[in-house]
Amino acid sequence: MSELISSLVRSPIFGIGISLLTFYAGSLLYKKTGSPLLNPLVLSMLVIMAFLLSFHITFDDYNRGGQFISFFLGPATVILAVPLYKKISIFKENVIPILVGIIVGSTAGIVSIIVMCKMFGLDHLLSISMIPKSVTTPIGIEISNQLGGIPSITVAGIIFTGIAGILLGPLICKLFRIEDKVAIGIAIGTSSHALGTTKAVEMGEAEGAMSGLAIGIAGLVTVFLAPILAKILL
Amino acid sequence: MKRIIQFAIILAICFMGDLIHNFFNLSIPGSVLGMLLLLALLLTGILKLSMIEDVSNFLLKHLSFFFIPAAVGLITCFSILEGKWTALLFISVVSTIIIVVVTGITVQILMKRRQSFE
Repeated sequence: MSELISSLVRSPIFGIGISLLTFYAGSLLYKKTGSPLLNPLVLSMLVIMAFLLSFHITFDDYNRGGQFISFFLGPATVILAVPLYKKISIFKENVIPILVGIIVGSTAGIVSIIVMCKMFGLDHLLSISMIPKSVTTPIGIEISNQLGGIPSITVAGIIFTGIAGILLGPLICKLFRIEDKVAIGIAIGTSSHALGTTKAVEMGEAEGAMSGLAIGIAGLVTVFLAPILAKILL
Repeated sequence: MKRIIQFAIILAICFMGDLIHNFFNLSIPGSVLGMLLLLALLLTGILKLSMIEDVSNFLLKHLSFFFIPAAVGLITCFSILEGKWTALLFISVVSTIIIVVVTGITVQILMKRRQSFE
Protein backbone atom coordinates (compact mmCIF):
# COMPACT_ATOMS: atom_id res chain seq x y z
CA MET A 1 0.00 0.00 0.00
CA SER A 2 2.68 2.49 1.03
CA GLU A 3 4.62 1.38 -2.05
CA LEU A 4 1.66 2.36 -4.19
CA ILE A 5 1.30 5.73 -2.50
CA SER A 6 4.98 6.58 -2.80
CA SER A 7 5.01 5.70 -6.48
CA LEU A 8 1.94 7.88 -7.00
CA VAL A 9 3.67 10.78 -5.22
CA ARG A 10 6.66 10.35 -7.50
CA SER A 11 4.50 10.46 -10.62
CA PRO A 12 3.58 13.75 -12.34
CA ILE A 13 -0.05 12.70 -11.90
CA PHE A 14 0.20 13.60 -8.21
CA GLY A 15 1.09 17.27 -8.74
CA ILE A 16 -1.40 17.75 -11.55
CA GLY A 17 -4.12 15.77 -9.78
CA ILE A 18 -3.91 17.55 -6.45
CA SER A 19 -3.83 20.94 -8.22
CA LEU A 20 -6.91 20.12 -10.30
CA LEU A 21 -8.81 18.65 -7.35
CA THR A 22 -8.11 21.48 -4.91
CA PHE A 23 -8.75 24.16 -7.54
CA TYR A 24 -12.04 22.52 -8.53
CA ALA A 25 -13.14 22.25 -4.90
CA GLY A 26 -12.05 25.85 -4.33
CA SER A 27 -14.00 27.06 -7.38
CA LEU A 28 -17.15 25.30 -6.16
CA LEU A 29 -16.78 26.82 -2.71
CA TYR A 30 -16.10 30.26 -4.20
CA LYS A 31 -19.20 30.06 -6.39
CA LYS A 32 -21.38 28.84 -3.54
CA THR A 33 -20.31 31.46 -1.00
CA GLY A 34 -19.25 34.32 -3.30
CA SER A 35 -16.76 35.39 -0.63
CA PRO A 36 -13.65 37.06 -2.11
CA LEU A 37 -11.63 35.56 0.76
CA LEU A 38 -12.29 32.06 -0.57
CA ASN A 39 -10.32 32.61 -3.77
CA PRO A 40 -9.78 29.25 -5.53
CA LEU A 41 -6.07 29.91 -6.13
CA VAL A 42 -5.41 30.87 -2.52
CA LEU A 43 -7.42 27.92 -1.18
CA SER A 44 -5.70 25.50 -3.53
CA MET A 45 -2.27 26.83 -2.55
CA LEU A 46 -2.98 26.55 1.19
CA VAL A 47 -4.45 23.04 0.98
CA ILE A 48 -1.56 21.74 -1.16
CA MET A 49 1.02 23.31 1.18
CA ALA A 50 -0.66 21.76 4.21
CA PHE A 51 -0.81 18.41 2.42
CA LEU A 52 2.87 18.48 1.44
CA LEU A 53 3.95 19.52 4.92
CA SER A 54 1.84 16.99 6.81
CA PHE A 55 2.87 14.04 4.62
CA HIS A 56 6.52 15.14 4.31
CA ILE A 57 6.33 15.37 0.53
CA THR A 58 8.95 17.63 -1.01
CA PHE A 59 8.14 20.48 -3.35
CA ASP A 60 10.23 18.76 -6.02
CA ASP A 61 7.93 15.74 -5.87
CA TYR A 62 4.89 17.98 -6.25
CA ASN A 63 6.55 19.99 -9.01
CA ARG A 64 7.12 16.93 -11.17
CA GLY A 65 3.51 17.43 -12.14
CA GLY A 66 3.40 21.12 -11.24
CA GLN A 67 5.93 22.05 -13.91
CA PHE A 68 3.46 21.01 -16.59
CA ILE A 69 0.96 23.49 -15.19
CA SER A 70 3.61 26.21 -14.87
CA PHE A 71 4.46 25.68 -18.52
CA PHE A 72 1.14 27.32 -19.41
CA LEU A 73 2.15 30.58 -17.68
CA GLY A 74 4.00 31.63 -20.84
CA PRO A 75 1.05 31.16 -23.23
CA ALA A 76 -1.29 32.57 -20.55
CA THR A 77 0.73 35.79 -20.41
CA VAL A 78 0.97 36.04 -24.19
CA ILE A 79 -2.80 35.78 -24.69
CA LEU A 80 -3.37 38.76 -22.38
CA ALA A 81 -2.87 40.60 -25.68
CA VAL A 82 -6.34 39.38 -26.73
CA PRO A 83 -8.47 41.38 -24.25
CA LEU A 84 -6.09 44.29 -24.83
CA TYR A 85 -6.62 44.05 -28.59
CA LYS A 86 -10.38 44.05 -28.11
CA LYS A 87 -10.13 47.17 -25.94
CA ILE A 88 -7.29 48.91 -27.77
CA SER A 89 -9.46 51.99 -28.44
CA ILE A 90 -9.75 52.60 -24.67
CA PHE A 91 -5.97 52.48 -24.42
CA LYS A 92 -5.45 54.81 -27.37
CA GLU A 93 -7.91 57.32 -25.93
CA ASN A 94 -6.23 57.30 -22.53
CA VAL A 95 -2.52 56.83 -23.22
CA ILE A 96 -1.35 59.73 -21.04
CA PRO A 97 -3.50 59.01 -17.95
CA ILE A 98 -2.54 55.33 -18.15
CA LEU A 99 1.21 55.88 -18.53
CA VAL A 100 1.39 58.64 -15.92
CA GLY A 101 -0.73 56.58 -13.52
CA ILE A 102 1.55 53.56 -13.83
CA ILE A 103 4.75 55.61 -13.41
CA VAL A 104 3.41 57.52 -10.40
CA GLY A 105 1.96 54.36 -8.84
CA SER A 106 5.11 52.28 -9.33
CA THR A 107 7.27 55.06 -7.85
CA ALA A 108 4.98 55.37 -4.83
CA GLY A 109 5.16 51.59 -4.43
CA ILE A 110 8.95 51.36 -4.49
CA VAL A 111 9.35 54.34 -2.14
CA SER A 112 6.82 52.87 0.30
CA ILE A 113 8.61 49.50 0.25
CA ILE A 114 11.98 51.11 1.03
CA VAL A 115 10.50 53.25 3.82
CA MET A 116 8.78 50.24 5.41
CA CYS A 117 11.90 48.07 5.14
CA LYS A 118 13.75 50.77 7.10
CA MET A 119 10.88 50.94 9.60
CA PHE A 120 11.17 47.21 10.26
CA GLY A 121 14.97 47.45 10.37
CA LEU A 122 15.39 44.84 7.60
CA ASP A 123 18.93 44.42 6.32
CA HIS A 124 20.11 45.71 2.95
CA LEU A 125 19.89 42.32 1.22
CA LEU A 126 16.27 41.73 2.25
CA SER A 127 15.23 45.29 1.43
CA ILE A 128 16.73 45.12 -2.03
CA SER A 129 14.99 41.77 -2.64
CA MET A 130 11.63 43.30 -1.75
CA ILE A 131 11.90 46.31 -4.10
CA PRO A 132 10.75 44.53 -7.31
CA LYS A 133 7.97 42.54 -5.60
CA SER A 134 5.05 44.30 -7.33
CA VAL A 135 5.93 43.21 -10.87
CA THR A 136 5.36 39.94 -12.67
CA THR A 137 7.59 37.03 -11.54
CA PRO A 138 10.04 36.80 -14.49
CA ILE A 139 10.70 40.57 -14.48
CA GLY A 140 10.89 40.61 -10.67
CA ILE A 141 13.53 37.86 -10.60
CA GLU A 142 15.52 39.68 -13.27
CA ILE A 143 15.49 42.98 -11.34
CA SER A 144 16.29 41.21 -8.07
CA ASN A 145 19.36 39.65 -9.69
CA GLN A 146 20.46 42.96 -11.15
CA LEU A 147 20.18 44.70 -7.77
CA GLY A 148 22.01 41.85 -6.03
CA GLY A 149 19.01 40.58 -4.06
CA ILE A 150 17.76 37.07 -3.23
CA PRO A 151 15.32 36.03 -5.99
CA SER A 152 13.39 33.56 -3.80
CA ILE A 153 12.58 36.36 -1.30
CA THR A 154 11.43 38.46 -4.26
CA VAL A 155 9.21 35.60 -5.40
CA ALA A 156 7.75 35.29 -1.91
CA GLY A 157 6.99 39.02 -1.94
CA ILE A 158 5.48 38.73 -5.42
CA ILE A 159 3.12 35.98 -4.27
CA PHE A 160 2.08 37.82 -1.09
CA THR A 161 1.47 40.89 -3.24
CA GLY A 162 -0.56 38.98 -5.81
CA ILE A 163 -2.76 37.43 -3.15
CA ALA A 164 -3.19 40.83 -1.47
CA GLY A 165 -4.21 42.25 -4.85
CA ILE A 166 -6.75 39.49 -5.47
CA LEU A 167 -8.27 39.72 -2.01
CA LEU A 168 -8.06 43.48 -1.39
CA GLY A 169 -7.78 45.15 -4.83
CA PRO A 170 -11.50 45.41 -5.66
CA LEU A 171 -12.30 46.35 -2.05
CA ILE A 172 -9.71 49.16 -1.93
CA CYS A 173 -10.99 50.51 -5.26
CA LYS A 174 -14.50 50.67 -3.85
CA LEU A 175 -13.30 52.27 -0.61
CA PHE A 176 -11.38 55.04 -2.42
CA ARG A 177 -14.09 55.54 -5.03
CA ILE A 178 -11.97 54.35 -7.91
CA GLU A 179 -14.93 53.51 -10.12
CA ASP A 180 -13.68 53.94 -13.65
CA LYS A 181 -13.02 50.56 -15.31
CA VAL A 182 -9.76 51.71 -16.87
CA ALA A 183 -8.52 53.11 -13.54
CA ILE A 184 -9.45 49.89 -11.71
CA GLY A 185 -7.70 47.68 -14.27
CA ILE A 186 -4.54 49.77 -14.38
CA ALA A 187 -4.43 50.01 -10.57
CA ILE A 188 -4.78 46.25 -10.10
CA GLY A 189 -2.27 45.33 -12.81
CA THR A 190 0.31 47.85 -11.58
CA SER A 191 -0.01 46.79 -7.95
CA SER A 192 -0.32 43.04 -8.26
CA HIS A 193 0.85 41.86 -11.70
CA ALA A 194 -0.58 38.72 -13.34
CA LEU A 195 -2.08 37.31 -10.14
CA GLY A 196 -4.13 40.47 -9.58
CA THR A 197 -5.01 40.37 -13.28
CA THR A 198 -6.77 37.03 -12.77
CA LYS A 199 -9.16 38.97 -10.52
CA ALA A 200 -9.42 41.88 -12.97
CA VAL A 201 -10.32 39.47 -15.81
CA GLU A 202 -13.09 38.18 -13.58
CA MET A 203 -14.39 41.71 -12.98
CA GLY A 204 -14.83 42.47 -16.68
CA GLU A 205 -13.23 42.59 -20.11
CA ALA A 206 -12.10 46.23 -19.86
CA GLU A 207 -10.64 45.76 -16.37
CA GLY A 208 -8.85 42.58 -17.47
CA ALA A 209 -7.45 44.20 -20.61
CA MET A 210 -6.13 47.23 -18.76
CA SER A 211 -4.70 45.10 -15.98
CA GLY A 212 -2.90 42.87 -18.47
CA LEU A 213 -1.49 45.95 -20.19
CA ALA A 214 -0.32 47.38 -16.86
CA ILE A 215 1.70 44.20 -16.07
CA GLY A 216 4.05 44.85 -18.97
CA ILE A 217 4.30 48.63 -18.59
CA ALA A 218 4.73 48.50 -14.79
CA GLY A 219 7.42 45.85 -15.26
CA LEU A 220 9.30 48.04 -17.74
CA VAL A 221 8.94 51.14 -15.56
CA THR A 222 10.25 49.21 -12.54
CA VAL A 223 13.26 47.93 -14.50
CA PHE A 224 14.34 51.56 -14.88
CA LEU A 225 13.13 52.97 -11.55
CA ALA A 226 14.25 50.27 -9.10
CA PRO A 227 18.05 50.75 -9.42
CA ILE A 228 17.75 54.56 -9.30
CA LEU A 229 15.44 54.69 -6.28
CA ALA A 230 17.44 51.99 -4.48
CA LYS A 231 20.62 54.04 -4.94
CA ILE A 232 19.06 57.26 -3.67
CA LEU A 233 16.99 55.91 -0.79
CA LEU A 234 18.74 52.80 0.51
CA MET B 1 -8.08 20.14 -34.83
CA LYS B 2 -8.94 23.83 -34.94
CA ARG B 3 -7.91 24.22 -31.32
CA ILE B 4 -4.65 22.39 -31.85
CA ILE B 5 -3.70 24.83 -34.59
CA GLN B 6 -4.74 27.73 -32.38
CA PHE B 7 -2.58 26.45 -29.56
CA ALA B 8 0.32 25.90 -31.95
CA ILE B 9 0.08 29.52 -33.10
CA ILE B 10 0.13 30.75 -29.49
CA LEU B 11 3.12 28.53 -28.67
CA ALA B 12 4.96 29.81 -31.73
CA ILE B 13 4.46 33.38 -30.53
CA CYS B 14 5.72 32.38 -27.05
CA PHE B 15 8.79 30.91 -28.64
CA MET B 16 9.43 34.01 -30.72
CA GLY B 17 9.12 36.13 -27.56
CA ASP B 18 11.77 33.97 -25.89
CA LEU B 19 13.98 34.19 -28.98
CA ILE B 20 13.82 37.99 -28.99
CA HIS B 21 14.52 38.01 -25.25
CA ASN B 22 17.60 35.84 -25.63
CA PHE B 23 18.87 37.41 -28.81
CA PHE B 24 18.85 40.99 -27.51
CA ASN B 25 19.58 39.95 -23.92
CA LEU B 26 16.64 42.07 -22.71
CA SER B 27 15.45 42.38 -19.11
CA ILE B 28 11.84 42.13 -20.29
CA PRO B 29 10.78 38.46 -20.13
CA GLY B 30 9.94 36.55 -23.29
CA SER B 31 6.30 36.12 -22.32
CA VAL B 32 5.75 39.89 -22.07
CA LEU B 33 7.54 40.36 -25.42
CA GLY B 34 5.28 37.62 -26.80
CA MET B 35 2.25 39.54 -25.57
CA LEU B 36 3.44 42.69 -27.37
CA LEU B 37 4.20 40.64 -30.49
CA LEU B 38 0.73 39.06 -30.49
CA LEU B 39 -0.83 42.50 -30.04
CA ALA B 40 1.17 43.82 -33.00
CA LEU B 41 0.17 40.83 -35.14
CA LEU B 42 -3.51 41.36 -34.30
CA LEU B 43 -3.39 45.13 -34.85
CA THR B 44 -1.69 44.81 -38.22
CA GLY B 45 -4.20 42.16 -39.26
CA ILE B 46 -1.50 39.55 -39.94
CA LEU B 47 -3.26 37.37 -37.39
CA LYS B 48 -7.04 37.27 -37.14
CA LEU B 49 -8.61 37.04 -33.69
CA SER B 50 -10.60 33.99 -34.81
CA MET B 51 -7.31 32.15 -35.40
CA ILE B 52 -6.58 32.01 -31.65
CA GLU B 53 -9.83 32.99 -29.95
CA ASP B 54 -11.10 29.64 -28.60
CA VAL B 55 -7.84 28.67 -26.93
CA SER B 56 -7.33 32.24 -25.67
CA ASN B 57 -10.74 32.24 -24.06
CA PHE B 58 -10.03 28.89 -22.45
CA LEU B 59 -6.70 30.07 -21.02
CA LEU B 60 -8.14 33.39 -19.85
CA LYS B 61 -11.08 31.70 -18.16
CA HIS B 62 -8.80 29.46 -16.10
CA LEU B 63 -5.94 31.95 -15.74
CA SER B 64 -5.44 31.63 -12.00
CA PHE B 65 -5.17 27.82 -12.15
CA PHE B 66 -1.80 28.08 -13.90
CA PHE B 67 -0.34 30.00 -10.97
CA ILE B 68 -0.87 27.22 -8.43
CA PRO B 69 2.61 25.60 -8.65
CA ALA B 70 4.33 29.00 -8.51
CA ALA B 71 2.30 29.89 -5.42
CA VAL B 72 2.95 26.52 -3.77
CA GLY B 73 6.65 27.18 -4.44
CA LEU B 74 6.50 29.63 -1.54
CA ILE B 75 6.98 26.51 0.57
CA THR B 76 10.64 26.41 -0.46
CA CYS B 77 11.19 29.91 0.99
CA PHE B 78 9.97 29.01 4.49
CA SER B 79 13.48 28.71 5.93
CA ILE B 80 14.65 32.09 4.57
CA LEU B 81 11.44 33.72 5.79
CA GLU B 82 11.89 32.46 9.37
CA GLY B 83 11.18 35.31 11.77
CA LYS B 84 10.51 37.77 8.94
CA TRP B 85 7.03 36.64 7.95
CA THR B 86 5.14 39.48 9.57
CA ALA B 87 7.45 42.18 8.22
CA LEU B 88 7.36 40.87 4.64
CA LEU B 89 3.61 40.23 4.72
CA PHE B 90 2.95 43.69 6.17
CA ILE B 91 5.18 45.40 3.59
CA SER B 92 3.61 43.43 0.71
CA VAL B 93 0.03 44.17 1.76
CA VAL B 94 0.51 47.85 2.63
CA SER B 95 2.53 48.68 -0.49
CA THR B 96 -0.08 46.91 -2.63
CA ILE B 97 -2.80 49.09 -1.11
CA ILE B 98 -0.68 52.21 -1.67
CA ILE B 99 -0.08 51.35 -5.33
CA VAL B 100 -3.77 50.59 -5.99
CA VAL B 101 -4.85 53.89 -4.44
CA VAL B 102 -2.14 56.10 -6.00
CA THR B 103 -2.38 54.53 -9.47
CA GLY B 104 -6.17 54.35 -9.54
CA ILE B 105 -6.72 57.90 -8.34
CA THR B 106 -4.04 59.33 -10.68
CA VAL B 107 -5.57 57.61 -13.73
CA GLN B 108 -9.08 58.65 -12.72
CA ILE B 109 -8.20 62.30 -12.10
CA LEU B 110 -6.25 62.62 -15.37
CA MET B 111 -9.07 61.03 -17.36
CA LYS B 112 -11.69 63.29 -15.82
CA ARG B 113 -9.60 66.40 -16.35
CA ARG B 114 -9.09 65.55 -20.02
CA GLN B 115 -12.77 64.86 -20.52
CA SER B 116 -13.66 68.27 -19.07
CA PHE B 117 -11.28 69.91 -21.55
CA GLU B 118 -13.14 68.41 -24.47
